[in-house]
Amino acid sequence: MGLIEAMSVVKIYKGRIEEMKIAIPVEDKAMESRVCISFGRTPFFLIYDTETNSSVFLENSAAGSQGGAGIKAAQIIVDSGANAIITPRCGENAAAVLKAANIKLYKTVNDIIADNIKAFNEGTLSLLNEIHAGFHGGHL
Amino acid sequence: MKIAVLSGKGGAGKTLVAVNMAAASKNAVYIDCDVEEPNGHLFFKPEGLYTQNVVVKTPELNPSKCNGCRKCIDFCRFNALAYIGEKIKVFDEVCHSCGGCILLCPQKAMLERDRVIGRIETGISHNVKVITGILNTGEASGVPIIRRMLDSISEEDTFIIDCPPGSACVVMESIKDADFCILVAESTIFGAHNLAMVYELVGLFDKPFAAVLNKYTDDDNPSELFCSKKHIPVLAKIPFDKELGELNSNAIIAVREKREYKLLFEELLAKVYQEVRP
Repeated sequence: MGLIEAMSVVKIYKGRIEEMKIAIPVEDKAMESRVCISFGRTPFFLIYDTETNSSVFLENSAAGSQGGAGIKAAQIIVDSGANAIITPRCGENAAAVLKAANIKLYKTVNDIIADNIKAFNEGTLSLLNEIHAGFHGGHL
Repeated sequence: MKIAVLSGKGGAGKTLVAVNMAAASKNAVYIDCDVEEPNGHLFFKPEGLYTQNVVVKTPELNPSKCNGCRKCIDFCRFNALAYIGEKIKVFDEVCHSCGGCILLCPQKAMLERDRVIGRIETGISHNVKVITGILNTGEASGVPIIRRMLDSISEEDTFIIDCPPGSACVVMESIKDADFCILVAESTIFGAHNLAMVYELVGLFDKPFAAVLNKYTDDDNPSELFCSKKHIPVLAKIPFDKELGELNSNAIIAVREKREYKLLFEELLAKVYQEVRP
């Protein structure tokens, strides 16, 4: 790879990073609110744009689902255009949707929203490796 | 007559009671609805096995016809479908095979395919016809297998339905058409707690029922106390007996081996008949 080519790759790469939108399951529609322990049944998702530092709160319409809440919640994240999600945990069905949409899964450092965004920007978050088998509140 | 044997937890003695009741009757059909872990066949060792696969209908997308309108996704109350990168992803094990997405699709892009989720084995063990439901590993719901086994039964014979443990959907499906429910409970606080769960369930289904106390001793018995508080008739007390435990752990049917147990389970059957058809 020539120098010019390598530089343009870096540029595109940087461009993608700058456009990063991250999703976090949160208890309430406020930045001071806490991270929600549940992905599928969290009341809200924070969609945070790391470039503009703007935040949007989406209601999680999957929260009251009889079953398959994780799938529906993941669909909301896919539709929001987020590139990454930071969550304490994630079920296997939700993870399958997120992975199919190339959304990166990171593990939260604690339940404070600002700390997690800071850790994301500093690149210190680790990927979420433990995907649980789901709690199946729908009692199939 | 259809008799369902259930308990709120595993290990209370459902299979012991169900297997021995079937063996004690003149002619019976034993149906193992504990499809995640059927074990009645270990006791009966049925011969002349006949196997049928159980299939469910699952949607499959024809991607060339899909225009991404998402009607199917919005319709599915089990959230078994997701739309990612202009493709529908189907979560087979979440799908309840209602067929709604196929009916609804304006583009006719959803096709139906058969998916095998398990099998039913039927065989004979002396006086008992043994029907065993087996759910494939990794499948989420045994309900279609239970439904298939119970749909095929008639009124004449004695049917003993060995239920799955707990009080969830698979148990509801198992007791739905039963004429009588037997709640098996052991003499612990945990046993009484789980007895309370199935007590509530059979009440919801408005089923006639009674209890059988397993591993019975003269000590304090929380399950017996629960029965007397709620006025639940106790039809049998199976003693905490080392010999019975040994027979059972060697997969030997006590009724076929020991006269005292033959009498105990014959009496239990007679009492159930008395309760249903006085």
